[in-house]
Amino acid sequence: MVDTLAEPPPPLVQVRNLTMHFPVHGGLLQRRVGAIKAVDGVTFDIHRGETLGLVGESGCGKTTCGRAILRLYELTGGSVHIGGTNIAEATPDQLRKLRPAMQMVFQDPLASLNPRMTVASIIGEPLKEHTRLDKTERLARIHELMDQVGLNHDFANRYPHEFSGGQRQRIGIARALALNPQFIVCDEPIAALDVSIQAQVVNLLEDLQDRLGLTYLFISHDLSMVRHIADRVAVMYLGRIVELAPRESLYSDPRHPYTRALLSAVPEPDPVLAARRNRMILTGDVPSPAHPPEGCNFCTRCPQVMDICTTIDPEFREVEPGRFVACHLLTEPKNNQQGSLL
Amino acid sequence: MTDPVTRPKTAPVIHNAVGPAQPAGLSALPRNQWLEVWDQFRRHKGAVAGLGFFMLMLLAVGVGPLLWDIDPKYIDIPARNAGPSLAHPFGTDQLGRDTLARMISGGQTSVAVGLMAMALSLFLGTLIGVLAGYFRRLDGLLMRLTDLFLALPLLPLLLVVIMLFRDTLRSAFGPETGIFILIVAVIGMTSWMQTARIVRGDVLAIKEREFVLAARSIGTPDRRMITRHILPNVMSPILVSATLGIANAIITESALSFLGLGFPSDFPTWGRLLFDSTDYLQQYPERVMWPGLAISLSVLSVNYIGDGLRDALDPRIRGR
Repeated sequence: MVDTLAEPPPPLVQVRNLTMHFPVHGGLLQRRVGAIKAVDGVTFDIHRGETLGLVGESGCGKTTCGRAILRLYELTGGSVHIGGTNIAEATPDQLRKLRPAMQMVFQDPLASLNPRMTVASIIGEPLKEHTRLDKTERLARIHELMDQVGLNHDFANRYPHEFSGGQRQRIGIARALALNPQFIVCDEPIAALDVSIQAQVVNLLEDLQDRLGLTYLFISHDLSMVRHIADRVAVMYLGRIVELAPRESLYSDPRHPYTRALLSAVPEPDPVLAARRNRMILTGDVPSPAHPPEGCNFCTRCPQVMDICTTIDPEFREVEPGRFVACHLLTEPKNNQQGSLL
Repeated sequence: MTDPVTRPKTAPVIHNAVGPAQPAGLSALPRNQWLEVWDQFRRHKGAVAGLGFFMLMLLAVGVGPLLWDIDPKYIDIPARNAGPSLAHPFGTDQLGRDTLARMISGGQTSVAVGLMAMALSLFLGTLIGVLAGYFRRLDGLLMRLTDLFLALPLLPLLLVVIMLFRDTLRSAFGPETGIFILIVAVIGMTSWMQTARIVRGDVLAIKEREFVLAARSIGTPDRRMITRHILPNVMSPILVSATLGIANAIITESALSFLGLGFPSDFPTWGRLLFDSTDYLQQYPERVMWPGLAISLSVLSVNYIGDGLRDALDPRIRGR
């Protein structure tokens, strides 16, 4: 997404220092004893028309981050500007007016559809809430949306349990598209589907992006799928973004040790290459987000940990145009490994 | 791709069938959902039988007085304690009053009390359950209120309530309507707690489901969230409470009448008839049978109706 114009347009989504802590209550009086730092200071931009992939292992805060951006949770701190408006401080009325511009596709296609509603009423719900279409106009729009996602019109009167996983996800996508959103958060939309259906859904999302000029935040733990769909990729670890880079440079030359470990976990289809390659295997477990370690979040498992890592939190900074990394290895020119890394 | 039959034959097979996936001109209008519910309801034989019986019962107590015009309060001492005969198909009681006429006029009161009290307790229980489950701030307060009502000793409470309000209501609405309102209100307001608890539990579980989050991401306000997403999904426990509630209300009403707190002693209800006949259980057992049968059968039919309705309202069961 390199803009050739002299003045690049402002990014559609600007997330600054997004923080989402869930309080932990304990003790006899259920006092607040701590907080789960699910998302702890995340900063990134998403440009109009691009797809930002958000990857990371289970429990690192990807989904929370996606939901917090749409303010499905009350944020602990930070700001989220979508199309110039700060979502984090919008009043309920303002937020309701902003909802059509930002939508979400959920991970579990069955759980995200009300089992008591027909497909037509599920897809029609956003239209009922935000438009003044009459019955026939609404039905026409519902049919148009079903066409866009490749669902038969006859399915309009059926219920979610009567569909396959891929079809259910299409219903969810049609609902997200109903109000012509600019920005869609895809929260692991393919994780609950089998591989053949995954390709269909991802291709559908790409087609829709081309036709409707959508902007996606694509949350996934499937690195190869993210490589396929995303323009830029952000890697999350324990509530923080450790690396944010354009897709090709991230996959060919990962800078952060965690990104390298993550990428080395992707299976290599060629057995000869697989036997030769040097896998980087992390030891230990992810620390609890209630008690993240001092200094760098990754210092407990990092193979290249230094003294400074356990005391000072590395800054998330631009190491070269368009590449952001939070690691002391890239800021300490004295370190020997620095030469090999850069 | 999953439904190859409906795809036009000329369409090329593409890996990603995005676009019209149907033959032109074939677009079904959304069907009325209540028609579908009725279709499914009809398949439940028990429910249809229950509905038929309940309708018959309503018809009997509604139109019955026109066909069987003996005054239920007419005392005919020489004909007392008679067994079933042509003149008195259900026999007579110890004062010679016709049992069939008393059953018909008692049924009007009992069924009306049952339905109204059930509706009131269902409304209160659902309202409090949904509010407590959905709004976390109200949860503690409303559930402690529920606990309070559950802990209240029922009979002393009823005594006090009836003592306090009987005369006011009697003078305002007349003796029978006043007592009717009082009894319905008292039964309704002391039997909503179980419904409230069950509904709250279900609402708490449904509130965390992803489709509620999806509705929030659309911007659905709370009141429509409740009516569109929460209530239809807690229908099953509500209907079960409803069917049990009718039986409960009829029986509580008879207990109240028996204690002298309900309708006046010469005013027949099914519960009243039942309690009056228990004194003669050994000599005239059939006299207990009529009101007992009427109560059990109407409760049973209502249970079957509720069962059928619950199945018919659930689209996952529909079509089986």
